[in-house]
Amino acid sequence: MIPQTFDYVRARNVGDALKALAAKDGTKVIAGGHSLIPLLKFRLAQPARLVDIGHLDELRGVTEVRRGAKIGAATTYRDLLESKLLAERYPIIAEVTSGIGDLQVRNKGTIGGGLAHADPAADMPAVMLALDAQLVLRSKRGKRTVAAREFFQGAFSTAMAEDELLIAIALPPLPRGAGTAYVSFEQAASGYALAGAAAVVKRSRSTVAHCTLAMTGISDRPYLVRAAEQLVGTQGLPDAIEHVAAQAAAGVEVNGDIHAPADYRRHLAVVAARRALQKAFVRSKK
Amino acid sequence: MPTLFGSGIKRREDPRLITGRATYTDDVKLPGLIYLAILRSPYAHAKLGKVDTKAAKAAPGVLAVYAGADITDRVVPVPCAWNVPNCNLKTPPHPLLAHQKVRYVGDGVAMVIAESRAAARDALDLIEVDYEPLKAVTDPERACQQGAPQLHADVPNNLAFTWVVAGGNADEAFAKAEAKVSLRIVQQRLLPTAMEPRAAVASYNAGTGQLTLWATSQNPHIHRFLCSVMLKIPEHRVRVIAPEVGGGFGSKIPCYADEVLACLASMDLGRPVKWTEDRSENYKATIHGRDHVEYVEMCGTRDGKITGLRTRVYAGLGGYASTAAPGVPTILHGLMYSGAYTIPNIHGTVHGVYTTATPVDAYRGAGRPEATYLIERLVDTLAREIGMDPVEVRRKNFIPKDAFPYTVATGLTYDSGNYHGTLDKALGMLDYGAFRAEQEKARQQGRYLGVGVSSYAEICGLGPSQVAGAVGFGGGLYDSAVVRVYPTGMVRVYIGTKPHGQGEETTFAQIVADEFGYPVESVEIVHGDTESTPQGWGTYGSRTTAVGGTAVKLAAQRVKEKAKKVAAHLLEANEADLEWKDDAWVVRGSPDKRKSFAEAALMANVAWNLPAGVEPGLEATAFFDPTNFVYPFGTHLCTVEVNPETGQVTVLRYIAVDDCGPPINPMIVEGQVHGGVIQGIGEALQEMAVYDAEGQLLTGTMMDYAVPKASQMPKIETAHTVTPSPVNPLGVKGVGETGTIASVAAVVNAVCDALAPLGIKHIDKPLTPARVWAAIQQAKGNGGGR
Ligand SMILES: Cc1cc2nc3c(=O)[nH]c(=O)nc-3n(C[C@H](O)[C@H](O)[C@H](O)COP(=O)(O)OP(=O)(O)OC[C@H]3O[C@@H](n4cnc5c(N)ncnc54)[C@H](O)[C@@H]3O)c2cc1C
Repeated sequence: MIPQTFDYVRARNVGDALKALAAKDGTKVIAGGHSLIPLLKFRLAQPARLVDIGHLDELRGVTEVRRGAKIGAATTYRDLLESKLLAERYPIIAEVTSGIGDLQVRNKGTIGGGLAHADPAADMPAVMLALDAQLVLRSKRGKRTVAAREFFQGAFSTAMAEDELLIAIALPPLPRGAGTAYVSFEQAASGYALAGAAAVVKRSRSTVAHCTLAMTGISDRPYLVRAAEQLVGTQGLPDAIEHVAAQAAAGVEVNGDIHAPADYRRHLAVVAARRALQKAFVRSKK
Repeated sequence: MPTLFGSGIKRREDPRLITGRATYTDDVKLPGLIYLAILRSPYAHAKLGKVDTKAAKAAPGVLAVYAGADITDRVVPVPCAWNVPNCNLKTPPHPLLAHQKVRYVGDGVAMVIAESRAAARDALDLIEVDYEPLKAVTDPERACQQGAPQLHADVPNNLAFTWVVAGGNADEAFAKAEAKVSLRIVQQRLLPTAMEPRAAVASYNAGTGQLTLWATSQNPHIHRFLCSVMLKIPEHRVRVIAPEVGGGFGSKIPCYADEVLACLASMDLGRPVKWTEDRSENYKATIHGRDHVEYVEMCGTRDGKITGLRTRVYAGLGGYASTAAPGVPTILHGLMYSGAYTIPNIHGTVHGVYTTATPVDAYRGAGRPEATYLIERLVDTLAREIGMDPVEVRRKNFIPKDAFPYTVATGLTYDSGNYHGTLDKALGMLDYGAFRAEQEKARQQGRYLGVGVSSYAEICGLGPSQVAGAVGFGGGLYDSAVVRVYPTGMVRVYIGTKPHGQGEETTFAQIVADEFGYPVESVEIVHGDTESTPQGWGTYGSRTTAVGGTAVKLAAQRVKEKAKKVAAHLLEANEADLEWKDDAWVVRGSPDKRKSFAEAALMANVAWNLPAGVEPGLEATAFFDPTNFVYPFGTHLCTVEVNPETGQVTVLRYIAVDDCGPPINPMIVEGQVHGGVIQGIGEALQEMAVYDAEGQLLTGTMMDYAVPKASQMPKIETAHTVTPSPVNPLGVKGVGETGTIASVAAVVNAVCDALAPLGIKHIDKPLTPARVWAAIQQAKGNGGGR
């Protein structure tokens, strides 16, 4: 478990990091190191140089943006859990985060590192999809924003270019009174999701006015379940929820492995989706 | 004065362990230290062509590179040390570095020694090896069928041995039986996962010809012997030090090639050499456990009397026969087929089979968990077949308390027991009747609750050396202690066993301190260094206390006898007139005439005034060889709820009632039970080493191998009964493995009980949600799963 030799630079600021990335000389960003260092030790990644951004204050913290929020890419899971703003506006963030790794992982691991790593079984990506998060990317060439829904392009593959840095995650306001929920079934060894579902449900009087459902752990990337719209206009009764949940993995190429053969994982997707929708529905304001 | 024996004092070794002040092998730093790395085969089975080390040799910092061919003539292959007789055992040579062929992923192919760990690792990538891949086979049942890939030239059908145990007439019993049940059981491979991986530091002094090896060993004297054999150097020039050892569970019994390669490198290069495996190397190169495919049957009467048991077992050995491997599925497994019961007719056949996988050897419980599991699964299956409560079937067949010593059909004689006692206690703790009522109610609501019973008897405290010799174990099984008393009365005890987490630095000190009327602080236990400790056989097979602890007790008694002579002399009294009170001898009738043990110790050590014929000094050595094994027993109960939608199993309560004789330290006993039970629950619910068709280990890291986490485990309720063993003067039995032996069946029985209404009879462990769900689907006729 000894990585190949590499250079290490500690960026003084974001500009510094962008410059290092612009060289396109095999430089890789390191934040908390919780996904990258294992890859280095297995020599699955062999970057020539690491640029460390984990300590940069300009990339850390949660700020209020009108009725939404902005999360610095290098904000640790622990900081997410301690944010009052997130607890008030997006309780689903704490719900998902408390189930990620253990204390040590949450103390060091960052939300940006997790999203950039794009593990197809990671928990947070589903929540980002459900919340319609916007990911702010920067490079020496400029700045752009990519919707989380476009960001994940496959297993460990994202819309980011080699020289881009994930700067922040912008969360648009949730529909007023919406309920949210994240439900996952954990792989016993890794704690990652065998199947995870993030749901946002808003009610307007007695009917559902808005519903999003995002899944993770099922296939090579997190995805939105289009059928969630079918809950809109219904009263959110168990049958209606079941009808939507049943389509949680419809048309999806489902992963199978020693922990969950494809048929089981497909089934768990349905159960996770149903439970998340139910919880979000109950949590939404009448 | 209250005795320390029986008191749950805190473990004296813990403060240094939990504050990072313990010295493990990898902490050993010597001047001029260099580093060894081993290139391991990426193929499960391949012909080995040219191993080109040129580029690696030229790499910066590299001092030497060796391939198998470079060392074959210089060393003796890794010996298999348990040559079980009467089974046509074949143990083809196990080269230290593969020669001509590799036989599992992780088989050592070449080694690099370099100035730094990193340089050694980097150079591995520069070694070019020609492999000609061959077909892999990791399933022990398939590996011995016609047409399976052959691992060793002279081992047809990969059959290392076929061993038979028979008592009574099983065939006749089955022919006449009123009821018969059978199961096919897979006892999956497990990865021992000691917290500390293996490591070695070897330092050879060419001037003295002395080799010192620091190694992660459960038995430094065995390592000393095997190193001397493999390296062809005299045993008295080898010193093995096992410093702090961070768990072993059996995986640190074998003397592996890796340790010996470090020695060889140090001898060649004249510098100390360190090798430390990392976790993924540990998962490939350190022994695995279990790996049985079993066809098992039980027969009995309609009213619940068990009349026969038959087995046919395929035990995977991996690529080579590891140190104790042949003895595990035979002596430690097949001889225990009677379990806690009076089964009159037993027939077992065990095939030991080479497979293209990591070698399998003793893993916590070693053969006995597999035996208990198959027996206890069969008892439940028979109970269901005849419509009797599984508890009643057990009661009906237990060896009765007044029948001990009792000889079972396999020929073993159990020392003592009260099996009804532990069963009744466990049932009382649960309120079995109430649970059955609750279960019935839950079933009506479509919920699946179950209770699993596991009553076990196990063999440990290994063991009489004569028996060891008779069953082909390549060593003795007595153990030893030196009790040395210093002039100030302080005591050091040097032992031949090698505690590595079990707490004997505390329990052995309790034994000795009691003997001398001391606080525990006055006694230190020293272990792990062959230079200072007497010949012993190490820590495994739950033998340390029953055998080594007895040696400690005997040596302390010898010291005390001598001190008493000195005391009598100083008191000018007859030894016969002395009475031991608290910490001193008192002349009967004159309570102010007293000499404490410490006073006698001082005089013995300065020798100014000793009785005639008494030598100076105060120390004694004892070697204890037991006349029999000891047989702990107990009943574990587990209740579960199974979620029929997801297949998830939730353990509701876990109750362990064990009898290991009088507990020296009840807290440590409880800790051993907890650890064992957790390992067993892990085996029952989530742990499995999985190979793919090419023989690649799919569970090669902790991301895929599900070592139990605290948050996944239930609370464990423990209780004890006390039935002393007549085999040793302490009356103690081992308790290091009972938890693992009992718990696996308790959990699986509970899940199968919960799912009985669906007609599910058996699910192979581990009972992962995916497997339970698939079984439920199949039972419901949904065809899902397989
Ligand atoms: C023991 C353990 C348990 C875990 N359990 C879970 C779990 O249950 N669920 C779960 O979802 N996850 C889990 N994880 C994964 C964890 O969430 C990620 O490892 C962590 O979030 C990664 O963040 P990091 O800051 O450590 O990233 P790093 O390891 O530093 O980086 C990861 C990748 O992202 C890139 N990167 C990092 N920051 C940026 C940036 N700002 N811009 C562009 N690229 C960037 C790096 O170059 C690298 O490729 C677990 C990890 C461990 C070690």
